[in-house]
Amino acid sequence: MPVIWTIPKITRRAWKVWHRNAEVFVRTWKVNFFPPFIEALLYLFAIGLGIGSYIGVIDGVPYVNYIAPAILAISVMNSAFFECTYGSYVRMYYQKSFDAMIATPLSIEDVIAGELLWGATRSVIYVIIMLPVFAAFGVISLPLALLTIPVAILGGLMFAGIAMCFTAVTPGIDTLNYPAFLFITPMMLFSGTFFPLTLLPVVLQYAALAILPLTHLVAIMRMLTLPDLMWTLGLHLAWICIVTGIISIIAINLMRKRLIV
Amino acid sequence: MPAVIDADNLKKTYESLIAVDGIRFTVNRGEIFGFLGPNGAGKTTTMKMITCVSPRTSGTLSVLGMDPDINPAEIKQRLGVVPQETNLDPDFTCAGNLLTYSRYFDIPKKAAQERVEELLEFVQLQEKRNVAVEKLSGGMKRRLILARALVNNPELLILDEPTIGLDPQARHLIWEKLRALQAKGCTIVMTTHYLDEAARLCDRLVIMDNGKILIEGAPADLVKQQVGSEIVEVEKTDEVLTCLRDHHIPHEIAGDMVQVATESAREVARILLDNCTPKNMLTRPATLEDVFLKMTGRTLRD
Repeated sequence: MPVIWTIPKITRRAWKVWHRNAEVFVRTWKVNFFPPFIEALLYLFAIGLGIGSYIGVIDGVPYVNYIAPAILAISVMNSAFFECTYGSYVRMYYQKSFDAMIATPLSIEDVIAGELLWGATRSVIYVIIMLPVFAAFGVISLPLALLTIPVAILGGLMFAGIAMCFTAVTPGIDTLNYPAFLFITPMMLFSGTFFPLTLLPVVLQYAALAILPLTHLVAIMRMLTLPDLMWTLGLHLAWICIVTGIISIIAINLMRKRLIV
Repeated sequence: MPAVIDADNLKKTYESLIAVDGIRFTVNRGEIFGFLGPNGAGKTTTMKMITCVSPRTSGTLSVLGMDPDINPAEIKQRLGVVPQETNLDPDFTCAGNLLTYSRYFDIPKKAAQERVEELLEFVQLQEKRNVAVEKLSGGMKRRLILARALVNNPELLILDEPTIGLDPQARHLIWEKLRALQAKGCTIVMTTHYLDEAARLCDRLVIMDNGKILIEGAPADLVKQQVGSEIVEVEKTDEVLTCLRDHHIPHEIAGDMVQVATESAREVARILLDNCTPKNMLTRPATLEDVFLKMTGRTLRD
Protein backbone atom coordinates (compact mmCIF):
# COMPACT_ATOMS: atom_id res chain seq x y z
CA MET A 1 0.00 0.00 0.00
CA PRO A 2 1.44 3.40 -0.90
CA VAL A 3 2.70 5.37 2.09
CA ILE A 4 0.11 8.06 1.46
CA TRP A 5 -2.77 5.78 2.57
CA THR A 6 -1.18 4.41 5.71
CA ILE A 7 -3.18 5.22 8.83
CA PRO A 8 -0.89 7.49 10.86
CA LYS A 9 -0.18 6.73 14.48
CA ILE A 10 -1.34 9.76 16.44
CA THR A 11 -1.02 10.05 20.21
CA ARG A 12 -2.71 12.41 22.63
CA ARG A 13 0.51 14.46 22.51
CA ALA A 14 -1.08 16.17 19.49
CA TRP A 15 -3.00 18.28 22.01
CA LYS A 16 0.27 19.83 23.21
CA VAL A 17 0.72 21.36 19.75
CA TRP A 18 -2.88 22.57 19.91
CA HIS A 19 -2.17 24.00 23.36
CA ARG A 20 0.86 25.91 22.07
CA ASN A 21 -1.15 27.52 19.26
CA ALA A 22 -4.07 28.24 21.58
CA GLU A 23 -1.77 29.98 24.03
CA VAL A 24 -0.40 32.29 21.34
CA PHE A 25 -3.95 32.96 20.13
CA VAL A 26 -5.26 33.82 23.59
CA ARG A 27 -2.36 36.16 24.26
CA THR A 28 -3.17 38.12 21.11
CA TRP A 29 -6.93 37.82 21.64
CA LYS A 30 -7.66 41.43 20.74
CA VAL A 31 -6.48 41.08 17.14
CA ASN A 32 -8.13 37.67 16.92
CA PHE A 33 -11.48 38.50 18.42
CA PHE A 34 -12.54 41.49 16.35
CA PRO A 35 -12.24 40.30 12.73
CA PRO A 36 -15.09 37.77 13.00
CA PHE A 37 -17.20 40.27 14.87
CA ILE A 38 -16.63 43.06 12.35
CA GLU A 39 -16.94 40.70 9.41
CA ALA A 40 -20.36 39.54 10.57
CA LEU A 41 -21.54 43.13 10.81
CA LEU A 42 -20.06 44.09 7.44
CA TYR A 43 -21.78 41.22 5.65
CA LEU A 44 -25.08 41.98 7.35
CA PHE A 45 -25.02 45.61 6.31
CA ALA A 46 -23.52 45.31 2.82
CA ILE A 47 -25.20 42.20 1.53
CA GLY A 48 -28.12 41.90 3.88
CA LEU A 49 -29.37 45.47 3.82
CA GLY A 50 -27.74 46.66 0.61
CA ILE A 51 -28.17 43.89 -1.95
CA GLY A 52 -30.82 42.23 0.17
CA SER A 53 -33.20 45.15 -0.15
CA TYR A 54 -33.19 44.70 -3.96
CA ILE A 55 -33.53 40.95 -3.86
CA GLY A 56 -35.99 40.77 -1.02
CA VAL A 57 -36.89 37.11 -0.81
CA ILE A 58 -35.06 34.06 -2.19
CA ASP A 59 -36.55 30.55 -2.06
CA GLY A 60 -39.19 32.00 0.23
CA VAL A 61 -36.73 33.36 2.82
CA PRO A 62 -35.46 36.92 3.36
CA TYR A 63 -32.14 37.27 1.52
CA VAL A 64 -30.21 38.18 4.63
CA ASN A 65 -31.44 35.04 6.40
CA TYR A 66 -30.50 33.08 3.28
CA ILE A 67 -26.89 34.21 3.27
CA ALA A 68 -26.25 34.21 7.05
CA PRO A 69 -25.55 30.44 7.17
CA ALA A 70 -23.39 30.79 4.05
CA ILE A 71 -21.33 33.45 5.85
CA LEU A 72 -20.87 31.00 8.72
CA ALA A 73 -19.78 28.25 6.34
CA ILE A 74 -17.39 30.54 4.45
CA SER A 75 -15.88 31.66 7.76
CA VAL A 76 -15.36 28.04 8.79
CA MET A 77 -13.61 27.44 5.49
CA ASN A 78 -11.48 30.55 5.53
CA SER A 79 -10.29 30.38 9.12
CA ALA A 80 -9.23 26.72 8.94
CA PHE A 81 -7.83 27.05 5.43
CA PHE A 82 -5.69 30.11 6.07
CA GLU A 83 -4.54 28.86 9.46
CA CYS A 84 -3.30 25.59 7.99
CA THR A 85 -1.78 27.08 4.85
CA TYR A 86 -0.03 30.35 5.64
CA GLY A 87 -0.07 29.85 9.43
CA SER A 88 1.27 26.31 9.36
CA TYR A 89 3.74 27.12 6.59
CA VAL A 90 5.22 29.98 8.60
CA ARG A 91 5.56 27.74 11.65
CA MET A 92 7.04 24.93 9.59
CA TYR A 93 9.38 26.82 7.28
CA TYR A 94 10.24 30.19 8.80
CA GLN A 95 9.97 29.51 12.52
CA LYS A 96 11.20 25.89 12.27
CA SER A 97 8.77 25.12 15.06
CA PHE A 98 8.02 21.63 13.75
CA ASP A 99 11.72 20.75 13.81
CA ALA A 100 11.96 21.91 17.40
CA MET A 101 8.87 19.91 18.35
CA ILE A 102 9.93 16.62 16.80
CA ALA A 103 13.17 16.74 18.81
CA THR A 104 10.90 16.04 21.81
CA PRO A 105 8.70 12.94 22.31
CA LEU A 106 6.25 14.43 19.79
CA SER A 107 6.19 12.70 16.41
CA ILE A 108 5.56 14.53 13.16
CA GLU A 109 2.14 12.85 13.06
CA ASP A 110 1.33 14.36 16.47
CA VAL A 111 2.49 17.79 15.30
CA ILE A 112 0.38 17.81 12.13
CA ALA A 113 -2.65 16.36 13.92
CA GLY A 114 -2.29 19.15 16.49
CA GLU A 115 -2.15 21.74 13.71
CA LEU A 116 -5.30 20.30 12.10
CA LEU A 117 -7.14 20.31 15.43
CA TRP A 118 -6.08 23.89 15.92
CA GLY A 119 -7.26 24.89 12.43
CA ALA A 120 -10.68 23.39 13.24
CA THR A 121 -10.68 25.24 16.55
CA ARG A 122 -10.14 28.54 14.74
CA SER A 123 -13.27 27.78 12.69
CA VAL A 124 -15.30 27.07 15.81
CA ILE A 125 -14.12 30.26 17.50
CA TYR A 126 -15.16 32.25 14.42
CA VAL A 127 -18.64 30.74 14.42
CA ILE A 128 -19.04 31.25 18.16
CA ILE A 129 -18.26 34.95 17.79
CA MET A 130 -20.49 35.43 14.75
CA LEU A 131 -23.54 33.60 16.09
CA PRO A 132 -24.57 36.22 18.71
CA VAL A 133 -24.28 38.98 16.09
CA PHE A 134 -26.57 37.12 13.71
CA ALA A 135 -28.90 36.21 16.56
CA ALA A 136 -29.10 39.84 17.66
CA PHE A 137 -30.24 40.82 14.16
CA GLY A 138 -32.69 37.94 14.13
CA VAL A 139 -31.34 36.38 10.94
CA ILE A 140 -30.83 32.91 12.43
CA SER A 141 -33.18 30.78 14.43
CA LEU A 142 -32.14 29.67 17.90
CA PRO A 143 -31.68 27.18 19.46
CA LEU A 144 -31.23 24.91 16.43
CA ALA A 145 -28.62 27.29 15.02
CA LEU A 146 -26.38 26.39 17.97
CA LEU A 147 -25.76 23.07 16.25
CA THR A 148 -23.66 24.99 13.73
CA ILE A 149 -20.94 24.94 16.41
CA PRO A 150 -20.30 21.17 16.34
CA VAL A 151 -20.73 21.27 12.56
CA ALA A 152 -18.00 23.92 12.47
CA ILE A 153 -15.60 21.46 14.18
CA LEU A 154 -16.20 18.92 11.44
CA GLY A 155 -16.12 21.43 8.59
CA GLY A 156 -13.07 23.11 10.08
CA LEU A 157 -11.23 19.81 10.26
CA MET A 158 -12.06 19.14 6.62
CA PHE A 159 -10.73 22.49 5.40
CA ALA A 160 -7.71 22.25 7.70
CA GLY A 161 -6.89 18.90 6.11
CA ILE A 162 -7.33 20.25 2.58
CA ALA A 163 -5.14 23.22 3.47
CA MET A 164 -2.44 21.01 4.98
CA CYS A 165 -2.25 18.97 1.76
CA PHE A 166 -1.43 22.16 -0.14
CA THR A 167 1.07 23.21 2.54
CA ALA A 168 2.77 19.83 2.25
CA VAL A 169 3.39 20.18 -1.48
CA THR A 170 3.86 23.92 -1.96
CA PRO A 171 7.38 24.89 -3.03
CA GLY A 172 7.17 28.24 -1.22
CA ILE A 173 4.79 30.55 0.58
CA ASP A 174 3.91 32.51 -2.59
CA THR A 175 2.57 29.46 -4.39
CA LEU A 176 0.00 29.06 -1.62
CA ASN A 177 -1.80 31.89 -3.44
CA TYR A 178 -2.84 29.42 -6.16
CA PRO A 179 -5.13 27.27 -4.04
CA ALA A 180 -6.39 30.41 -2.31
CA PHE A 181 -7.49 32.09 -5.55
CA LEU A 182 -8.19 29.13 -7.82
CA PHE A 183 -9.95 26.91 -5.27
CA ILE A 184 -11.13 28.86 -2.25
CA THR A 185 -12.43 32.00 -4.00
CA PRO A 186 -14.46 30.20 -6.68
CA MET A 187 -15.77 27.85 -4.00
CA MET A 188 -16.90 30.81 -1.97
CA LEU A 189 -18.98 32.04 -4.91
CA PHE A 190 -20.35 28.83 -6.45
CA SER A 191 -21.30 26.63 -3.51
CA GLY A 192 -24.90 27.71 -3.09
CA THR A 193 -23.67 30.53 -0.92
CA PHE A 194 -25.12 33.76 -2.33
CA PHE A 195 -27.53 32.17 -4.81
CA PRO A 196 -29.10 28.69 -4.93
CA LEU A 197 -27.17 25.94 -6.66
CA THR A 198 -30.29 25.21 -8.71
CA LEU A 199 -29.62 28.35 -10.78
CA LEU A 200 -26.55 26.62 -12.24
CA PRO A 201 -26.79 24.21 -15.21
CA VAL A 202 -27.51 20.70 -13.93
CA VAL A 203 -24.05 19.40 -14.84
CA LEU A 204 -22.43 22.13 -12.82
CA GLN A 205 -24.77 21.45 -9.90
CA TYR A 206 -23.56 17.87 -9.74
CA ALA A 207 -19.96 18.98 -10.24
CA ALA A 208 -20.29 21.43 -7.35
CA LEU A 209 -21.73 18.74 -5.08
CA ALA A 210 -19.01 16.31 -6.09
CA ILE A 211 -15.91 18.47 -5.83
CA LEU A 212 -16.72 21.61 -3.84
CA PRO A 213 -16.66 20.68 -0.15
CA LEU A 214 -18.23 24.00 0.78
CA THR A 215 -21.55 23.11 -0.91
CA HIS A 216 -22.18 20.45 1.72
CA LEU A 217 -21.23 22.68 4.60
CA VAL A 218 -23.46 25.52 3.33
CA ALA A 219 -26.37 23.12 2.90
CA ILE A 220 -26.05 21.82 6.47
CA MET A 221 -25.60 25.28 7.97
CA ARG A 222 -28.65 26.58 6.09
CA MET A 223 -30.85 23.70 7.24
CA LEU A 224 -29.86 24.46 10.82
CA THR A 225 -30.22 28.25 10.85
CA LEU A 226 -33.41 28.76 8.81
CA PRO A 227 -34.36 26.10 10.10
CA ASP A 228 -35.33 23.83 7.23
CA LEU A 229 -34.34 20.28 8.12
CA MET A 230 -34.37 17.67 5.37
CA TRP A 231 -33.27 14.06 5.18
CA THR A 232 -30.42 15.07 2.87
CA LEU A 233 -28.66 16.56 5.89
CA GLY A 234 -27.47 13.02 6.62
CA LEU A 235 -25.98 12.72 3.14
CA HIS A 236 -24.14 16.01 3.43
CA LEU A 237 -22.79 15.04 6.85
CA ALA A 238 -21.66 11.66 5.56
CA TRP A 239 -19.89 13.30 2.60
CA ILE A 240 -18.01 15.64 4.92
CA CYS A 241 -17.10 12.86 7.38
CA ILE A 242 -15.68 10.60 4.69
CA VAL A 243 -13.75 13.37 2.95
CA THR A 244 -12.41 14.68 6.27
CA GLY A 245 -11.14 11.23 7.21
CA ILE A 246 -9.42 10.62 3.90
CA ILE A 247 -8.00 14.12 3.56
CA SER A 248 -6.59 14.15 7.10
CA ILE A 249 -4.74 10.89 6.51
CA ILE A 250 -3.33 12.16 3.22
CA ALA A 251 -2.35 15.50 4.78
CA ILE A 252 -0.42 13.89 7.62
CA ASN A 253 1.34 11.44 5.32
CA LEU A 254 2.26 14.16 2.81
CA MET A 255 3.71 16.30 5.59
CA ARG A 256 5.66 13.33 6.89
CA LYS A 257 7.00 12.78 3.41
CA ARG A 258 8.05 16.42 3.19
CA LEU A 259 9.66 16.73 6.62
CA ILE A 260 11.08 13.30 7.46
CA VAL A 261 13.90 12.53 5.07
CA MET B 1 28.61 -0.73 31.26
CA PRO B 2 26.50 -0.67 28.06
CA ALA B 3 27.31 2.00 25.49
CA VAL B 4 25.07 5.06 25.30
CA ILE B 5 25.17 4.99 21.51
CA ASP B 6 26.20 2.03 19.44
CA ALA B 7 26.27 2.22 15.66
CA ASP B 8 27.40 -0.45 13.26
CA ASN B 9 27.48 -0.22 9.49
CA LEU B 10 25.13 2.75 9.80
CA LYS B 11 24.08 4.03 6.40
CA LYS B 12 21.93 6.85 5.06
CA THR B 13 21.28 7.43 1.39
CA TYR B 14 19.18 10.09 -0.31
CA GLU B 15 18.26 8.91 -3.79
CA SER B 16 21.68 9.00 -5.47
CA LEU B 17 23.64 10.61 -2.62
CA ILE B 18 25.30 8.52 0.07
CA ALA B 19 25.32 10.84 3.08
CA VAL B 20 26.55 8.35 5.66
CA ASP B 21 28.37 5.32 4.33
CA GLY B 22 28.44 2.44 6.78
CA ILE B 23 30.00 4.03 9.85
CA ARG B 24 30.72 2.33 13.14
CA PHE B 25 31.22 4.04 16.47
CA THR B 26 30.45 3.69 20.15
CA VAL B 27 29.83 6.46 22.67
CA ASN B 28 30.41 5.56 26.32
CA ARG B 29 28.58 6.88 29.33
CA GLY B 30 29.85 10.19 30.64
CA GLU B 31 32.17 11.12 27.80
CA ILE B 32 32.19 14.04 25.40
CA PHE B 33 32.35 12.58 21.92
CA GLY B 34 33.05 14.76 18.89
CA PHE B 35 32.25 14.48 15.20
CA LEU B 36 34.55 16.54 12.99
CA GLY B 37 34.61 16.83 9.24
CA PRO B 38 34.28 19.25 6.35
CA ASN B 39 30.85 20.41 5.17
CA GLY B 40 28.91 17.53 3.65
CA ALA B 41 30.89 14.89 5.54
CA GLY B 42 27.71 13.40 7.04
CA LYS B 43 27.95 14.75 10.59
CA THR B 44 24.55 16.41 10.75
CA THR B 45 22.89 13.42 9.06
CA THR B 46 24.42 11.19 11.74
CA MET B 47 23.09 13.51 14.47
CA LYS B 48 19.63 13.39 12.88
CA MET B 49 19.63 9.59 12.93
CA ILE B 50 20.70 9.56 16.59
CA THR B 51 17.99 12.06 17.54
CA CYS B 52 15.31 9.91 15.82
CA VAL B 53 14.24 12.56 13.31
CA SER B 54 15.72 10.88 10.25
CA PRO B 55 15.32 7.12 9.75
CA ARG B 56 18.44 5.20 8.79
CA THR B 57 18.67 3.41 5.46
CA SER B 58 20.47 0.36 6.85
CA GLY B 59 22.76 -0.88 9.58
CA THR B 60 22.16 -1.00 13.31
CA LEU B 61 21.82 1.89 15.71
CA SER B 62 21.10 1.79 19.39
CA VAL B 63 20.59 4.93 21.48
CA LEU B 64 20.26 4.52 25.25
CA GLY B 65 19.78 0.82 24.59
CA MET B 66 16.82 1.36 22.24
CA ASP B 67 16.27 1.39 18.50
CA PRO B 68 15.27 4.82 17.05
CA ASP B 69 13.03 3.06 14.51
CA ILE B 70 11.07 1.30 17.24
CA ASN B 71 11.08 3.56 20.33
CA PRO B 72 11.59 7.13 19.11
CA ALA B 73 9.39 8.77 21.75
CA GLU B 74 11.06 6.86 24.61
CA ILE B 75 14.53 7.80 23.36
CA LYS B 76 13.60 11.45 22.77
CA GLN B 77 12.13 11.67 26.27
CA ARG B 78 15.69 11.21 27.64
CA LEU B 79 17.53 13.21 24.99
CA GLY B 80 18.53 16.87 24.81
CA VAL B 81 19.07 18.35 21.34
CA VAL B 82 20.84 21.57 20.35
CA PRO B 83 20.24 21.93 16.60
CA GLN B 84 22.52 23.73 14.21
CA GLU B 85 19.77 26.15 13.22
CA THR B 86 18.28 28.39 15.84
CA ASN B 87 14.66 27.28 16.06
CA LEU B 88 13.43 29.03 19.19
CA ASP B 89 9.74 29.90 19.13
CA PRO B 90 9.44 33.61 18.22
CA ASP B 91 5.90 33.74 19.60
CA PHE B 92 7.16 33.30 23.16
CA THR B 93 9.51 34.92 25.66
CA CYS B 94 12.63 33.18 26.98
CA ALA B 95 10.78 31.63 29.90
CA GLY B 96 7.79 30.94 27.63
CA ASN B 97 9.99 28.97 25.25
CA LEU B 98 11.27 26.77 28.05
CA LEU B 99 7.82 26.28 29.61
CA THR B 100 6.19 25.38 26.29
CA TYR B 101 9.02 22.95 25.59
CA SER B 102 8.66 21.38 29.04
CA ARG B 103 5.07 20.55 28.18
CA TYR B 104 6.20 18.49 25.19
CA PHE B 105 8.08 16.29 27.69
CA ASP B 106 5.05 15.91 29.97
CA ILE B 107 6.80 17.73 32.80
CA PRO B 108 4.22 18.84 35.38
CA LYS B 109 3.68 22.61 35.44
CA LYS B 110 5.05 23.23 38.94
CA ALA B 111 8.22 21.21 38.35
CA ALA B 112 8.67 22.88 34.97
CA GLN B 113 8.47 26.37 36.46
CA GLU B 114 11.16 25.55 39.00
CA ARG B 115 13.34 23.92 36.36
CA VAL B 116 12.97 26.93 34.05
CA GLU B 117 14.22 29.35 36.72
CA GLU B 118 17.13 27.02 37.42
CA LEU B 119 18.04 26.80 33.75
CA LEU B 120 17.76 30.53 33.09
CA GLU B 121 20.23 31.01 35.89
CA PHE B 122 22.46 28.22 34.56
CA VAL B 123 22.80 29.96 31.17
CA GLN B 124 22.82 33.41 32.79
CA LEU B 125 19.64 34.71 31.20
CA GLN B 126 17.58 35.46 34.33
CA GLU B 127 17.31 39.14 33.39
CA LYS B 128 15.97 38.19 29.96
CA ARG B 129 13.28 36.00 31.48
CA ASN B 130 10.35 37.95 29.99
CA VAL B 131 12.06 39.22 26.86
CA ALA B 132 10.88 38.08 23.41
CA VAL B 133 13.44 35.85 21.73
CA GLU B 134 13.91 38.16 18.71
CA LYS B 135 15.37 40.72 21.07
CA LEU B 136 18.21 38.39 22.10
CA SER B 137 21.73 38.49 20.65
CA GLY B 138 23.09 35.47 18.80
CA GLY B 139 25.01 34.29 21.85
CA MET B 140 21.98 34.60 24.10
CA LYS B 141 19.89 32.61 21.63
CA ARG B 142 22.43 29.78 21.61
CA ARG B 143 22.46 29.78 25.40
CA LEU B 144 18.68 29.67 25.51
CA ILE B 145 18.70 26.74 23.09
CA LEU B 146 21.13 24.96 25.39
CA ALA B 147 18.80 25.65 28.33
CA ARG B 148 15.87 24.37 26.25
CA ALA B 149 17.75 21.14 25.52
CA LEU B 150 18.10 20.61 29.28
CA VAL B 151 14.47 21.01 30.40
CA ASN B 152 14.02 17.24 30.64
CA ASN B 153 17.33 16.61 32.49
CA PRO B 154 18.66 14.58 29.56
CA GLU B 155 21.07 11.69 30.01
CA LEU B 156 22.40 12.29 26.54
CA LEU B 157 22.95 15.70 25.00
CA ILE B 158 23.37 16.04 21.22
CA LEU B 159 24.84 19.31 20.01
CA ASP B 160 25.17 20.20 16.32
CA GLU B 161 27.72 23.03 16.16
CA PRO B 162 26.77 24.54 19.49
CA THR B 163 29.08 27.56 19.29
CA ILE B 164 28.61 28.48 15.64
CA GLY B 165 28.99 32.22 15.12
CA LEU B 166 29.59 33.06 18.77
CA ASP B 167 32.11 35.51 20.18
CA PRO B 168 34.95 34.13 22.34
CA GLN B 169 33.20 35.06 25.61
CA ALA B 170 30.04 33.22 24.66
CA ARG B 171 32.01 30.20 23.43
CA HIS B 172 33.90 29.97 26.71
CA LEU B 173 30.66 30.14 28.65
CA ILE B 174 29.14 27.31 26.59
CA TRP B 175 32.30 25.20 27.08
CA GLU B 176 32.18 25.79 30.80
CA LYS B 177 28.51 24.72 30.90
CA LEU B 178 29.20 21.59 28.87
CA ARG B 179 31.99 20.56 31.24
CA ALA B 180 29.68 21.17 34.20
CA LEU B 181 27.07 18.92 32.57
CA GLN B 182 29.65 16.24 31.94
CA ALA B 183 30.71 16.41 35.59
CA LYS B 184 27.10 15.72 36.53
CA GLY B 185 27.19 12.52 34.48
CA CYS B 186 25.66 13.71 31.23
CA THR B 187 26.96 12.08 28.04
CA ILE B 188 27.60 14.62 25.30
CA VAL B 189 27.88 14.15 21.54
CA MET B 190 28.79 17.18 19.48
CA THR B 191 29.78 18.23 15.99
CA THR B 192 31.97 21.24 15.44
CA HIS B 193 34.09 23.02 12.86
CA TYR B 194 36.24 24.59 15.54
CA LEU B 195 39.17 22.27 16.05
CA ASP B 196 40.41 24.06 19.16
CA GLU B 197 36.97 23.49 20.64
CA ALA B 198 37.11 19.79 19.84
CA ALA B 199 40.65 19.49 21.24
CA ARG B 200 39.63 21.20 24.46
CA LEU B 201 36.32 19.46 25.08
CA CYS B 202 36.25 16.04 23.51
CA ASP B 203 37.45 12.93 25.30
CA ARG B 204 37.26 11.11 22.01
CA LEU B 205 36.38 12.15 18.51
CA VAL B 206 36.06 10.92 14.95
CA ILE B 207 36.95 12.74 11.76
CA MET B 208 34.49 12.08 8.95
CA ASP B 209 34.68 12.76 5.25
CA ASN B 210 32.41 11.67 2.38
CA GLY B 211 30.16 9.77 4.78
CA LYS B 212 32.95 7.66 6.24
CA ILE B 213 34.87 7.78 9.51
CA LEU B 214 38.54 8.29 8.68
CA ILE B 215 40.00 8.14 12.14
CA GLU B 216 38.98 7.84 15.77
CA GLY B 217 40.69 8.52 19.08
CA ALA B 218 41.52 10.98 21.83
CA PRO B 219 42.55 14.38 20.40
CA ALA B 220 46.08 14.37 21.86
CA ASP B 221 46.73 10.79 20.72
CA LEU B 222 45.54 11.57 17.22
CA VAL B 223 47.88 14.54 16.94
CA LYS B 224 50.81 12.47 18.15
CA GLN B 225 50.06 9.48 15.91
CA GLN B 226 49.15 11.35 12.77
CA VAL B 227 51.35 14.43 12.77
CA GLY B 228 53.96 14.29 15.49
CA SER B 229 54.66 16.78 18.18
CA GLU B 230 55.84 19.91 16.36
CA ILE B 231 55.46 21.78 13.11
CA VAL B 232 57.99 23.97 11.36
CA GLU B 233 56.52 26.43 8.88
CA VAL B 234 58.71 28.27 6.44
CA GLU B 235 58.10 30.41 3.38
CA LYS B 236 58.18 28.38 0.18
CA THR B 237 61.30 29.15 -1.84
CA ASP B 238 63.18 26.94 -4.29
CA GLU B 239 66.19 27.06 -2.03
CA VAL B 240 64.26 25.78 0.98
CA LEU B 241 62.58 23.04 -1.05
CA THR B 242 65.91 21.83 -2.45
CA CYS B 243 67.42 21.86 0.99
CA LEU B 244 64.56 19.80 2.47
CA ARG B 245 64.80 17.29 -0.39
CA ASP B 246 68.58 16.99 -0.02
CA HIS B 247 68.17 16.16 3.65
CA HIS B 248 65.25 13.77 3.01
CA ILE B 249 62.93 15.68 5.26
CA PRO B 250 59.25 14.91 4.48
CA HIS B 251 57.29 18.12 4.00
CA GLU B 252 54.00 19.43 2.72
CA ILE B 253 53.23 22.52 0.68
CA ALA B 254 50.37 24.63 1.97
CA GLY B 255 49.84 27.73 -0.16
CA ASP B 256 53.01 29.79 -0.09
CA MET B 257 54.31 28.02 2.99
CA VAL B 258 56.06 24.70 3.49
CA GLN B 259 55.17 22.66 6.57
CA VAL B 260 57.38 20.07 8.20
CA ALA B 261 55.85 17.82 10.85
CA THR B 262 58.54 16.55 13.15
CA GLU B 263 59.43 15.28 16.60
CA SER B 264 62.13 17.91 16.89
CA ALA B 265 61.46 21.33 15.43
CA ARG B 266 64.80 22.53 16.74
CA GLU B 267 66.71 20.06 14.57
CA VAL B 268 64.77 20.84 11.40
CA ALA B 269 65.24 24.55 12.03
CA ARG B 270 68.97 24.05 12.53
CA ILE B 271 69.36 22.09 9.29
CA LEU B 272 67.53 24.82 7.40
CA LEU B 273 69.46 27.64 9.00
CA ASP B 274 72.78 25.90 8.38
CA ASN B 275 72.14 25.03 4.76
CA CYS B 276 70.01 27.81 3.32
CA THR B 277 68.39 31.12 4.17
CA PRO B 278 64.81 30.37 5.26
CA LYS B 279 62.44 33.31 5.41
CA ASN B 280 59.60 33.71 7.92
CA MET B 281 60.34 30.49 9.73
CA LEU B 282 58.31 29.61 12.80
CA THR B 283 57.90 26.53 14.92
CA ARG B 284 54.75 25.57 16.81
CA PRO B 285 53.19 22.55 18.50
CA ALA B 286 51.16 20.28 16.23
CA THR B 287 47.40 20.63 16.62
CA LEU B 288 44.22 18.84 15.71
CA GLU B 289 43.93 21.20 12.76
CA ASP B 290 47.05 19.61 11.25
CA VAL B 291 45.48 16.17 11.67
CA PHE B 292 42.24 17.42 10.16
CA LEU B 293 43.89 18.93 7.09
CA LYS B 294 46.11 15.89 6.65
CA MET B 295 43.11 13.55 6.72
CA THR B 296 40.65 15.61 4.67
CA GLY B 297 42.91 17.63 2.38
CA ARG B 298 42.91 21.32 1.65
CA THR B 299 40.31 21.46 -1.11
CA LEU B 300 37.28 23.66 -0.45
CA ARG B 301 34.04 21.70 -0.07
CA ASP B 302 31.29 24.14 -0.97
